[in-house]
Amino acid sequence: MKGKIVAGVLAPHPPHLVYGENPPQNEPKSECGWENLRWAYERCRKNIKKLKPDVLLVHSPHWMTVVGHHVLGVEKFKGLSVDPIFPHLFRYAYDLTVDVNLSLKIAEEITKEGLLSKVMKNPDFRIDYGTIISLHLINPDWDIPIVSISSNNSPYYFSNEVGQEQMMKLGQATKRAIEASGKRAVLLASNSLSHRHFTWEADIPEDMSKEHIYNHGQYLWDMKMLDLMKAGKAKELLAVMPEFFDMALAEIKAGALTWMLSAMDVPDYPAIVHGYGSVIGTGNAVVEWNPEANQ
Amino acid sequence: MILKSMIVPGLPQVLLSPEANPGYASLKAAYAKARAEIEEVNPDLILYYSTQWLSVLGYTFQADPKPEWTHVDHNFHYLGSMPYQFRCDSEFASSYAKEVKKLGYHTMLANYRGFPIDTGTIVAQKLLNPENKFLASMVSCNMYAEKAETISLGRAGLQALEASNKKAVVVLVSSLSSRFFIKEIDPKDDHISSAKDDEWNRKICELLGEGRLEDVSQVARDFGREANGDMGFKGMWWLNGICGETNNFQGNFLDYQAIYGTGATVITLTPKQKIVSKKPIEKKQNIVQSESAPEPVGAYPHARREGDFLFLSGVGPRAKGKKEIPGVNVQKDGSIIHDIPLQTRSVIENVKTILESSGSSLDHIVDIQVFLTDMKSQFSAFNKVYEEYFKDIQATRTTVEVGSLPTPIAVEFKVIAKIP
Ligand SMILES: [Fe+2]
Repeated sequence: MKGKIVAGVLAPHPPHLVYGENPPQNEPKSECGWENLRWAYERCRKNIKKLKPDVLLVHSPHWMTVVGHHVLGVEKFKGLSVDPIFPHLFRYAYDLTVDVNLSLKIAEEITKEGLLSKVMKNPDFRIDYGTIISLHLINPDWDIPIVSISSNNSPYYFSNEVGQEQMMKLGQATKRAIEASGKRAVLLASNSLSHRHFTWEADIPEDMSKEHIYNHGQYLWDMKMLDLMKAGKAKELLAVMPEFFDMALAEIKAGALTWMLSAMDVPDYPAIVHGYGSVIGTGNAVVEWNPEANQ
Repeated sequence: MILKSMIVPGLPQVLLSPEANPGYASLKAAYAKARAEIEEVNPDLILYYSTQWLSVLGYTFQADPKPEWTHVDHNFHYLGSMPYQFRCDSEFASSYAKEVKKLGYHTMLANYRGFPIDTGTIVAQKLLNPENKFLASMVSCNMYAEKAETISLGRAGLQALEASNKKAVVVLVSSLSSRFFIKEIDPKDDHISSAKDDEWNRKICELLGEGRLEDVSQVARDFGREANGDMGFKGMWWLNGICGETNNFQGNFLDYQAIYGTGATVITLTPKQKIVSKKPIEKKQNIVQSESAPEPVGAYPHARREGDFLFLSGVGPRAKGKKEIPGVNVQKDGSIIHDIPLQTRSVIENVKTILESSGSSLDHIVDIQVFLTDMKSQFSAFNKVYEEYFKDIQATRTTVEVGSLPTPIAVEFKVIAKIP
């Protein structure tokens, strides 16, 4: 049977959400915090579980590569993920399984698109914290194999437009590989929206009286993007994306959302916005594109 | 007290695959010489600043006395793993953090098992201090920090060393030009990816070889821009700040090679005199003093940020560091002939510089007030140059004649801009 993408999720990776949740895997403990986003993820988790995916694919901006797009080529990884910026909030013990066959197929398809790919085969490799956080927030049970794709730094090296174009190709390569695999796949675009953040932190990180969006301009941009998603206008969304990168210092500049939308053939149906909230000033939304729910 | 300082490259090829290219092997040999120099002066600690350890909320200091991990580089993972176990001076980390906190920056002591130490620091530490003979200390590189802040971070480091009475070797882990090849290359064919970068790199090596650290710090911004310097080459500002901002060093140029297209050098600097510390500048919220615009002639900043707006002080045509004012031609009899087009141009260029050092630009100007000392004779010449720059920007403008301006100039702008 032909494989397919059963859902795509904009799945941002603030470590604060894992910290606020207190799962057994995370060393630091909190009282609470960032509930609107955490509850958004809880709703999304339920939907994803119902889809019974065979594999979760993540594109994270915190695995940055210079030469080509890399995929994981080792089946098992076990380790401790420590966020270098917020090590006091996120020190997470992970234990995961990689769908190596799909990784290799994606690498092959990437090459067919005229892009460079590389398979990461070093067993000591530490999975980046963006990937770990998004995966935890979607599937804390870790009972579904994963594929992780690195962020090539071309948007930073060349321009927003060149980066976007590459990500469109990467999306198509990913789609073809999934179809060939016969698997039911969920894509996770591990990115926040607006990315201006405070340069200080509250004494108690989970003190929600200190948490708000960095400024109104950022908020307006986030709402503009979310309105397009809700209206099923992914094409228009892609068109304003390069401008959004610059206006909101957006982390999606790294291309995860473009990759996902391209792999899903630029969906024209409305996305489900599970929730929106700020984390240390940045804008974050959990948004699901689910083709079956829209048929 | 600082016994010695140096710049070394932080890419893993030197440590993990020196045999792949004679240049890598040569860098490794240069590292060994730098190591011998360190052992000879026998410091209490080695202090590292690596451009690969990025922080966003102020500064992080390595405070784990015994960090231990097996590190794999995100990009060059195929070269192999880097297991490490270091001995760090957590006491000094606290004193350094304390000095930096005093300046108004957010600080964090990282004492967590598994905290990710960056490739650059690991490579340098494993090649310079492989047996952990000396304690190490590490400070992060703030992604957004500009020149004044980074120099201050350096100065604070020297104060912390003096306060704790420790003798240190300070190490900047940074590439020169950092334009990587973005296609797979055979390591045998490695070379600097651009001829222009290569030329710039050689210039920097020459200056540092002559011990001219302050001069290199002065050109760091140009180098960053022109040669795609590693993190804008801001590491040089830190090194200069901690080393007292002079050219008074015995430079020892040990090597210059290419690593995956980037520029890599090993150069040591030995102070000829005891380094005297300068007072670090406190972080001033909202105040902009541009490094490249002419100094204000009174007790006011170049600009001030309020919300998303930037308010500039009056800007005249003076050029930074020069006595003669562009367009102000003093005659033998002391009278002045004003070249209005030149003055206008110079004013606008100054405005541009200030805006750009505050994260804004000419395009974001909202409102301009123009002061001329003689409307009748100056307006049309001024207006022509103005149009060249502002035709498409369409900022609101008000032009008035004033009796005189401070210093013998004829044109001054008062500008309000948005910060995008
Ligand atoms: Fe992030």
